[in-house]
Amino acid sequence: MNTAPLLETRELTVRFGAVVAVNKVSVRIAKGDVVGLIGTNGAGKTTFLNMVTGYLRPTSGDILLDGRSTLGRSPRELVAHGMARSFQVPQLFPAMTVREHLLFALALADGSTRGLLKPLHSAQSQARASEVLGRFGLQSIGERPVSLVPQGQRKLIDIAMALSLKPKLLLLDEPTSGVSSAEKMPLMEVVFDVIRASGVTVLFVEHDMDVVRRYVTRILAFRDGLMIADGAPDEVMHDAQVASAVLRGKSKANNAAAPAKAGAA
Amino acid sequence: MNSLRRSDASLLGLLAILAATALFTPSWLMSLLAVALAKSLVALGLLLLLRAGLVPFGHALYYCLGGYVAGLGTPWLGIRDTLLLLALASLLSGSVAFVAGFLMRRYRGIFFAMLSMALSMILYGVLLKSQGLGSSDGFTVARASFFGVQTAGVGAIRSVYLLTAVVTLLAAWGVSRYLATAMGHVGPAIRENEVRVEYLGASPSRVIHMEYTASGALAGGAGALVAVLVGQVDPGMGFWMTSGEFVFIAILAGAGGIWGSLAAAFVLEGIHALAFEYAPQYWKFVLGAALLLLIVRFPSGLSSILKTRGKVPS
Amino acid sequence: MSTLLTILIDGLIYGAWLFLVAAGLTLIFGVMKVLNIAHGNLYAIGAYVAATAMGAWFADRPPSFAAFAIQLGTAMVAGVVMGLVLERGVLRRLRGRDEVSLALATYALLLVLDDVIQFIWGTSAYPASAPYGLLGSSEINDLRFNNYEFVLLAAAIAVGLLLWWLLQRTRTGRCLAAIIRDPEMSAAMGIDVERLYLATFVLGAVLAALGGALTAPMIQVAPGLGAEVIVVTFAVIVIGGMGSIPGAAVGALVVGLARAATIHLFPFAEVFIVYAVMALVLAVRPEGLFPQAALRKI
Repeated sequence: MNTAPLLETRELTVRFGAVVAVNKVSVRIAKGDVVGLIGTNGAGKTTFLNMVTGYLRPTSGDILLDGRSTLGRSPRELVAHGMARSFQVPQLFPAMTVREHLLFALALADGSTRGLLKPLHSAQSQARASEVLGRFGLQSIGERPVSLVPQGQRKLIDIAMALSLKPKLLLLDEPTSGVSSAEKMPLMEVVFDVIRASGVTVLFVEHDMDVVRRYVTRILAFRDGLMIADGAPDEVMHDAQVASAVLRGKSKANNAAAPAKAGAA
Repeated sequence: MNSLRRSDASLLGLLAILAATALFTPSWLMSLLAVALAKSLVALGLLLLLRAGLVPFGHALYYCLGGYVAGLGTPWLGIRDTLLLLALASLLSGSVAFVAGFLMRRYRGIFFAMLSMALSMILYGVLLKSQGLGSSDGFTVARASFFGVQTAGVGAIRSVYLLTAVVTLLAAWGVSRYLATAMGHVGPAIRENEVRVEYLGASPSRVIHMEYTASGALAGGAGALVAVLVGQVDPGMGFWMTSGEFVFIAILAGAGGIWGSLAAAFVLEGIHALAFEYAPQYWKFVLGAALLLLIVRFPSGLSSILKTRGKVPS
Repeated sequence: MSTLLTILIDGLIYGAWLFLVAAGLTLIFGVMKVLNIAHGNLYAIGAYVAATAMGAWFADRPPSFAAFAIQLGTAMVAGVVMGLVLERGVLRRLRGRDEVSLALATYALLLVLDDVIQFIWGTSAYPASAPYGLLGSSEINDLRFNNYEFVLLAAAIAVGLLLWWLLQRTRTGRCLAAIIRDPEMSAAMGIDVERLYLATFVLGAVLAALGGALTAPMIQVAPGLGAEVIVVTFAVIVIGGMGSIPGAAVGALVVGLARAATIHLFPFAEVFIVYAVMALVLAVRPEGLFPQAALRKI
């Protein structure tokens, strides 16, 4: 790697009492990477994400965004430095309509106080919001209050808001969780269309291996707080440790393929 | 944009009506209306906080400060002009709110409410004990004076009434514009999902700080106007019961924006006038009972009832 | 040296008083998530009822230990009656509402009860000094203390022990702990949540009334008691962690000692000291000293 990584963690660790939820994880993510974070429940993936996004304070270690340490920085400061995230349970505003979510996110993307003092519903901002709604396939439900919107589309709104901030680094926490199998791929297609067009670097936590395999250039595998693998999808998927810790029982396809390949590796 | 222009027009219309009534209204009614307008001025500031889910139980602190500043401006600083006193009062209350805001902005819900109450009780205690400020009796305030012209009698009341109407409706206009901006929407967003607001790059604390400061300035202005109108200030202006009146107005106004606040203040003063007729020493009881009724029977406040007229319930 | 001892003893006694009032408030909040802003009025009602009863009883009789029985009795009656009226009459209609709405309702009750008290007892002060001189006084290091003040201390300790036993050693206590964690789940498991809510509020009301009844001989029982008390009591439970009874005890002690120190060393700061301590504690521990554990949100 010639250029400095966009995101780097150094021996990142967090303890809750006697439990070491994330154990000395060191990773470097370059600009343009699309990285998948896999592992069973409780392996530390979301906790890792929560530290990187400033929601949780690490016990030890460092996190660097664009070469600068993010320790002690609030989520708001991290967003100002080009980071955005979506949530496992979509974090929305129950009383606002779908369109208002995008209007709001686009207005806040400006970052300045002066930007915030512009009217929310101007013709210009409406046009921009319509454009984003269109790209995410949400035009038809634009005027609906978000509390009446189904899970798949709630996920899209959550991610659309994050992307409206024009971040350098986008972190997605289980984008397809709670979404029916039939909808998972279409959802990710829509999201990655936008991601590819914007060239943003992505790190996402995901349980569905088909989704992971389809979109990532790199995989990080977690188990019990440790990062047990870091590399290209093929390498990691065929790694014996990863197979036993993460992939066994993940899907029928994996079950059939994994034992044979693990034996051959 | 249409609804904003309609709102502006309505405000202008209301101002015209209020100004016109000054010509033939008896002075007791003008006094009542002026006090109602002043209290709705406080309510406009509280509206900002309420939208963010914050209910201060001690906001009369700033109302009282404004009143005392207006009252002391003449003997201590030799300022006679009412407009100057008004500006000074708002500035000072706003400044105190700005300082207190550094503490208040970090808290939400009941903490915010009770801290506010504690602050107001501290001020009340201090004023009660200060002999120099008349302790529990307070002191008298000079009548209104504009650009060197001293008013008296009905003229005094009329001039302050008109001034209050102008100031209040101007503030209502300002607040309605603010509520239409992105920042005006941050408050409700904080109430619904503060974490999400942070992850969109806005600082909830900073916005709350700004709104708290503004509400302090508005309340201070209102206190000054009432002080000059009534010709008297006393610590009771900062008593938690006065705060209770403001809380009542705020709750009654509910989600109704500026019109809710205006209407609610008038309703309060109407009830106050009635209670004064029949049971003047049990005002707390009446206010408390009314507030309780509101909370139990109308969770979203009076003006949201007005809003849903004609809308299909979901 | 004797100043230090005075501060210590004064602090302990004031802390005991604070704990008596704060224990009920924090218990009610912990179980019902209701910040009972009218708690000070319950205290005041306890004081007024006790003062009235003692005034009547001792009108023609010399002071005797019957006073304590009267205080205890009236506190229980007042607490039970007020607890029933407020909980069934008002709070029950607000189940499931958010904390701020509940606090607003009790704020409204503060307004109502303040005038109810004024209506019943008027504006003059009620002397209740009957038991005050009963126990004589002690001399510690050249300082005279009226032994009645130590009754407060004893009462606080007794209440503390009672609550500890109730919450840690009885089945009811375990049910309350379940409700504190998750009322819905508790109801689903067959716990009679409504009945326990009522019992908790009544217990809190009785404790407040008891605080008032015991304090009546020491103060002027006059209008305004309610609001004075609630703000400082709130500060105590915030310092200790809202919902925590050990926290209330620690908070009461800390505030008691701080206030005693201020009175003797920096009298001008008396008004601010309680809030200064609260601000200090919150700056370091925003949830208080013994907070209830919170679940991860995202």
